Amino acid sequence: MDLQTLTYLVVGATFALYLGIAFWARAGSTKDFYIAGGGIHPIQNGMATAADWMSAASFISMAGLIALSYGGYGGSVFLMGWTGGYVILAMLLAPYLRKYGKFTVPEFIGDRFYSKSARAVAVACLIICSVTYVIGQMKGVGVAFSRFLEVDYDTGLYVGMTIVFFYAVLGGMKGITYTQIAQYCVLILAYTIPAIFISFQLTGNPIPQLGLGSTLAGSDVYLLDKLDMVVTDLGFAEYTTNVRLSTINMFAYTLSLMIGTAGLPHVIIRFFTVPTVRDARSSAGWALVFIAILYTTAPAVAGMARLNLIDTLSGDDGQGLVIEERPVWFKNWEKTGLLGFEDKNGDGRIQYSADKEVNEMVKIDNDILVLANPEIAKLPNWVIALVAAGGLAAALSTAAGLLLAIASAISHDLMKGIFTPNITEKTELMSSRIAMAGAIGVAGYLGLNPPGFAAGTVALAFGLAASSIFPALMMGIFSKGVTKEGAIAGMISGISVTLFYVFQHKGIMFIPGTAFLGDTPANWFMGIEPNAFGCVGAVVNFAVAFAVSKVTAAPPQSVQDLVEHIRIPAGATTAHDH
Amino acid sequence: MSQMTEEQAKEYWRRNVSLMVRCLVVWFVVSYGCGILLVDVLNQVQIGGYKLGFWFAQQGSIYVFVVLIFYYARKMGQLDREFDVEED
Repeated sequence: MDLQTLTYLVVGATFALYLGIAFWARAGSTKDFYIAGGGIHPIQNGMATAADWMSAASFISMAGLIALSYGGYGGSVFLMGWTGGYVILAMLLAPYLRKYGKFTVPEFIGDRFYSKSARAVAVACLIICSVTYVIGQMKGVGVAFSRFLEVDYDTGLYVGMTIVFFYAVLGGMKGITYTQIAQYCVLILAYTIPAIFISFQLTGNPIPQLGLGSTLAGSDVYLLDKLDMVVTDLGFAEYTTNVRLSTINMFAYTLSLMIGTAGLPHVIIRFFTVPTVRDARSSAGWALVFIAILYTTAPAVAGMARLNLIDTLSGDDGQGLVIEERPVWFKNWEKTGLLGFEDKNGDGRIQYSADKEVNEMVKIDNDILVLANPEIAKLPNWVIALVAAGGLAAALSTAAGLLLAIASAISHDLMKGIFTPNITEKTELMSSRIAMAGAIGVAGYLGLNPPGFAAGTVALAFGLAASSIFPALMMGIFSKGVTKEGAIAGMISGISVTLFYVFQHKGIMFIPGTAFLGDTPANWFMGIEPNAFGCVGAVVNFAVAFAVSKVTAAPPQSVQDLVEHIRIPAGATTAHDH
Repeated sequence: MSQMTEEQAKEYWRRNVSLMVRCLVVWFVVSYGCGILLVDVLNQVQIGGYKLGFWFAQQGSIYVFVVLIFYYARKMGQLDREFDVEED
């Protein structure tokens, strides 16, 4: 069977599965819609959280980011940053928010800071973070369709939106949870199977995590030593020690990603779906187990695919790849614009080098490492079809989780909580479905017409969550003294400082030419790049909130009782209606 | 489930925070310590093909994170039973 047919079959089968689940897991109440009835098993929730969390960026882009853009060791910021956040979530946030036992993140902020304004500010922060994040997922869906199924980007996006529409609008959190479990299975198989093949081919060890530390098959040279050698020969920095800009920048980058992870509302609300506080703690552990399977495989894919790529490019005699003899996958990916060469010295060969003057591989997109990996390693067609289904599963599962966070903030926090508190549950359920449909429409529109800032969106979402939502939640749980004025001022100043710093270097709303300071290390505060700035915004948030709280009237007794209440597990029942 | 006195509630919270701080120290040491600040020193040691600092940054810290969460969850389960505040 040819690759095209096989890909249609595999992707079609996974989509049929998601739709089947959508009909089976329809939501009957607002509780079903917002928190899947509150009865999800912690291991199931862990799996759903892993799919929710691992986006198109984790699946398609991360290995390439580590191996190419961040040159090896520097890419560790993603590996540690996007996993270490779960430790913070498990210890500092999830159990207490579960005990509080309601439906949304802004709802907690509104109650703890006894203010509808605080709730509205939290809704605004949530929508800014989640919308910037969802644009990236929509692009991922369109790109995966266009590359693997050879339909155009727009058609791919419409198909993806229709699928999400069915299970998210019908099933809410309940439908999303069960589809995410299925999507996790698809994406993890699609990621690990090619990695196992490649690790076995290169080192004889089928476990990629061990293969990366092994010797190359048939020699006593370690894979990583060989990799260090070939990249330095080409003029790049040594793979295993190449620091991303500076130690302090790596520190800040990792910290921003960690606290951003802990502060992302679509991840936090997943912990509202388990029955008890105890389950919330262990569920975070299970989530990280399922995430770690991919995240410890990714560095192996990064190193091995980089080595394979360099090997192909150096040609049979090490003098460069003869253009006429380049492999079929090379030509295929050239068509998509992800690979590109230019024979500058006219010798009919491609020379790859770190030196921009002589380098003839003018384009190697980060995404190529995962997408073309099975072809580079000459794996069977069904593996390639599986990678297509995996990329789509990663993008769809994250998009659905984000859309739910947005829809529940609109119907539960803005409508039921602030503007029209008297609506019945039935009306609220209907409005949450309409909000969901609306959110899908907006996300689809932004996917079709990506705004100028789309490129930097995922990194920006982390910075914003780190500087606005995370500090507010932490202070809400760990301090009884932070006042509503403090929290509101803190959130607004944290998110403003982060946005200001990003816009200062990247342009206002990322519009080219509007940056008033060049985006170079010399202009950066302590050498911290804009993507790593969320943690500084968080420090500002904490400082402002504590300072303002000192000079404003202490929170009422009822709020202090609420804080006491969430700190102790006993009496946590399933989330209740109001 | 019995009602906690105010002292008991304070003691429960103090022990929770102290457990949490100990876990977060480990969390900090394996990632920011071994993976970033001390990476050059640890890279002097090699285990198999892995330089140790590089291994912590790309593998080891993640494994420790997983263990830490389950350790915290188990210890908190014990604390809940001791103070009789566990659910169901």
